[in-house]
Amino acid sequence: MPPLSITAFTATCAAGLGRAALLEALSTGRTGLRTNDFGRSPLPTFIGRVTGVEDAPLPPQFHDYECRNNRLAWLGLAHDGFLQAVARARARYGADRVALVLGTSTSSIGATEEAYSRLTPAGEFPEDLRYQAVHTPHSTGEFLQRSLGLRNVAVTVATACSSSAKAFAQGARLLQLGIADAVVVGGVDSLCDSVLFGFNSLQLISAEPCRPFDAARSGINIGEAAAFALLEREGAGPRLLGHGESSDAHHMSTPHPSGRGARLAMTEALTRAGVAASDVDYINLHGTASLKNDEIEAQAVAEFFPAHTHASSTKGWTGHTLGAAGALEAVITLLTLESGVRPGNLNSRNLDAACGPQIRLGNDRGLVRVAMSNSFGFGGSNCVLLFAAAP
Amino acid sequence: MKPMRLHVNGVALWSGLLPGWDAARRILRGEAAAPAQPATRPAPELLPANERRRAPDTVSVALEVALAACRHAELPPASLPSVFSSMHGDLAITDYMCGTMASSPLLVSPTRFHNSVHNAAAGYWTIAAECTRPYTALSAGELSFGAGLLECCVQAVSGDEDVLLVAYDIDARGPLAAVAGSKHLLGAGLIVGPRRGTHALAQFDLQPETGDGLVASTAQAGNAALVAGNSTESCLPFMEALALGGSRELLCLATPQLGLRIRMRDA
Repeated sequence: MPPLSITAFTATCAAGLGRAALLEALSTGRTGLRTNDFGRSPLPTFIGRVTGVEDAPLPPQFHDYECRNNRLAWLGLAHDGFLQAVARARARYGADRVALVLGTSTSSIGATEEAYSRLTPAGEFPEDLRYQAVHTPHSTGEFLQRSLGLRNVAVTVATACSSSAKAFAQGARLLQLGIADAVVVGGVDSLCDSVLFGFNSLQLISAEPCRPFDAARSGINIGEAAAFALLEREGAGPRLLGHGESSDAHHMSTPHPSGRGARLAMTEALTRAGVAASDVDYINLHGTASLKNDEIEAQAVAEFFPAHTHASSTKGWTGHTLGAAGALEAVITLLTLESGVRPGNLNSRNLDAACGPQIRLGNDRGLVRVAMSNSFGFGGSNCVLLFAAAP
Repeated sequence: MKPMRLHVNGVALWSGLLPGWDAARRILRGEAAAPAQPATRPAPELLPANERRRAPDTVSVALEVALAACRHAELPPASLPSVFSSMHGDLAITDYMCGTMASSPLLVSPTRFHNSVHNAAAGYWTIAAECTRPYTALSAGELSFGAGLLECCVQAVSGDEDVLLVAYDIDARGPLAAVAGSKHLLGAGLIVGPRRGTHALAQFDLQPETGDGLVASTAQAGNAALVAGNSTESCLPFMEALALGGSRELLCLATPQLGLRIRMRDA
């Protein structure tokens, strides 16, 4: 495919609000993970919680969209000149030509959970939560479309942990066919009980800070994030070179044992971009620190890529931000292209035997020209993105 | 942009009063009456018998129409990329998850948790069909059908191949029903491609148009009533046009300001 321009991008997560803070955390090895302090009876785990979401209300005209997820989305838009970049695109192309593709896993379900915890004696939602806008998966997509003033496609992708990587692929297709001239793509997912207790029921939650690819890793930490990019056919900035999507066709919550879907998605992304595996300087791995994912992903990477490719998971900084992970890690990948800082696997001490020379414990620095980001989700949904530095 | 030209190469429909495309086509054409007693729930053949009963309603109705659309088109299910669209996903599981979080979060069922993802139906489809092609799972509120149709057409053109669309919603349960009011089960399946398939029903040109106050085409009142209240009911005008045949023009909304102008004619 012809490369697309990423004319603006930003991320807000536990490791930092905005690109500069996030890059500083990555460079210095400062984790954003903290002891779980979310909810009424916190599980013994670590989480990637964004400080200040509670204190950042939406503008009053968006009162009906009030919830943690939409607050996080709004907070995320406020950095790196992203709102201004969207305004420029709107002015240049017209609001009718700017689309929105938003990835999320649980969207504003936290508001629905809250309503269930405060039912009236008659078993009804409390008055203050009795509006439909937040009790449906498209809540954040609709909020963003309205708050950004966009009038082209506005849709929510919800394929669990691949959601916001797939938003890039879907946005690219809209540009390719001329449906839109600019697309805001991104991911927003916020902490909620359903995912903390849900992953706990699957015995996937770690009681310690997560250690991706460590031989003694003990599971994931849940995080939250809002990350956005503005895609256009032309313009200054790094490039989206390709995307690859596939299905495992194996199990709802366990990856295919030989990483079939992951391999298909990586192959397709490389083919679409016209790039060889040996050209890839950095890979931001899915690397959740779950036993199965990391083992299978490490094997696939060891077979596909040469020893000089530097690969790591950055979930030791951010936690697993689920539906936002694709967009957050796309932004981290873009930061490596810009800065040459190639993150290692924070918190990890001894790499699993399945890891090839690609997967590194520590950070290093070097020229990064082409970089990949992997996102694999429940339901066997895989998406791989390939980026290049600004020409 | 110039319109996208596409073919409807497979179709399926399931609701309590429109149980399967052949029956639905006759009912929507006024050639047969809707059943006096609505069918309760489909039993998708693709699932093993013991899983058919246990499957969430979303999985049941989505897999039923997905397989029926593939059979209609005589295309192998494993060969098709797919787009699943649903306003709400599985409202029964959302009710269960939120109720359990309020009462006893440590007791949440791991199976119902992994079935709570919006892409559960799509995931089960690719597992049952042994399909490693990509799928996506979308929501765009009450206009999820239009958003799904547009993405399906975009994929069919950009990938130059047939793509399966599955649009569905189910009934809301518990306290959530008061704010997310979807009723009964409805699933619509389409296979859309850039070339006329063996069993094509229709071809259409699709042209996006933006504006304020766009008004979507509606189905005939008697037909609309058959699926009224379901959050995917906006599929009916398109499905009715396929059932009626002939040359038809309709406006299907993908957002309140983005319409899809569809000019349809027989294959």
